[in-house]
Amino acid sequence: MKVRHILLWLPLVLFAVLMIVVATGVIRPNTHAVRSHMTGKPVPAFTLSPMVPGKPGLSTTDFIGHGPRLLNVFGSWCVPCAAEAGELQKLKALGVPVEGVAIRDKPQDVQAFLARYGDPYDRIGDDSRARVQLAMGSSGVPESFLIDGKGRIVLQHIGAIRADDIPGIIAAWKAAQ
Amino acid sequence: MTRWRLILAVVVLAGGFAMTASADPTAQQDRYAYTQLPDARQEAKAQALMQELRCLVCQGQSIADSDADLAGDMRAMVRERIAAGESPDRVRRWLIERYGDYVTYDPPFNWRTAPLWLAPLVLLIAGGWLAARTIRRRRR
Repeated sequence: MKVRHILLWLPLVLFAVLMIVVATGVIRPNTHAVRSHMTGKPVPAFTLSPMVPGKPGLSTTDFIGHGPRLLNVFGSWCVPCAAEAGELQKLKALGVPVEGVAIRDKPQDVQAFLARYGDPYDRIGDDSRARVQLAMGSSGVPESFLIDGKGRIVLQHIGAIRADDIPGIIAAWKAAQ
Repeated sequence: MTRWRLILAVVVLAGGFAMTASADPTAQQDRYAYTQLPDARQEAKAQALMQELRCLVCQGQSIADSDADLAGDMRAMVRERIAAGESPDRVRRWLIERYGDYVTYDPPFNWRTAPLWLAPLVLLIAGGWLAARTIRRRRR
């Protein structure tokens, strides 16, 4: 008799648990950033032609044997990228080499973007069809990958780099030396 | 008569403008983002896969349903790889390697997804057992 009494309440308890699970899912803001599973793996093989005249393109070999560097996925059409440009220049001034991968862009637009917001890039590759972005496991712009001197991805930063992100990136860059 | 000719001229001109607008050479868009593969069997394979891949920017839509630029690039990549003879399963695995299981709407069976696959089966068996027990008791 006692056991049956408890069993009688079981559906209600299960229902309450289910409601709690659903409610927490509804309340939590939907900010699902898709993290790249390439972190810890070597940079995929690619060769991108130069995006703007007077600046070389970008390929995998640029990341091997030249020390750790930052690969920045950006677009001249992307507003957060413009907001991030100043921080990238700070990183560059602190000694972090920055390489660019421009997504779905046009040379004249990138030139105008660099003229307006500054140019931290050593090289910029033209990824007009986002194939390198897909190969890197990146799902948006801007995104940055820290790559060590052996060409291994050690860190992914999703979204614009802000002033308070700089110490962390610098620390990771020094650790990758 | 002249009025009809005028209307015809306007229509032809408007059509011409529309053509030049869509053929803007500076608008870089993947060839296969919005174009089907010439081979119908390959297109069917690509289509089935695209329905099961998540658009990473819009999330909650498949790349077949989404108009996002990245979804277009992913569709083009899927079609190119299928056209090159790659199996849909290999293309899916390539994307999972980069984005994790989240990218596919057909979750693979592993220890984390096991409850998802097994729960219906377990519930069905439990329900069947419960029903059988109740019916047997009522008969008595």
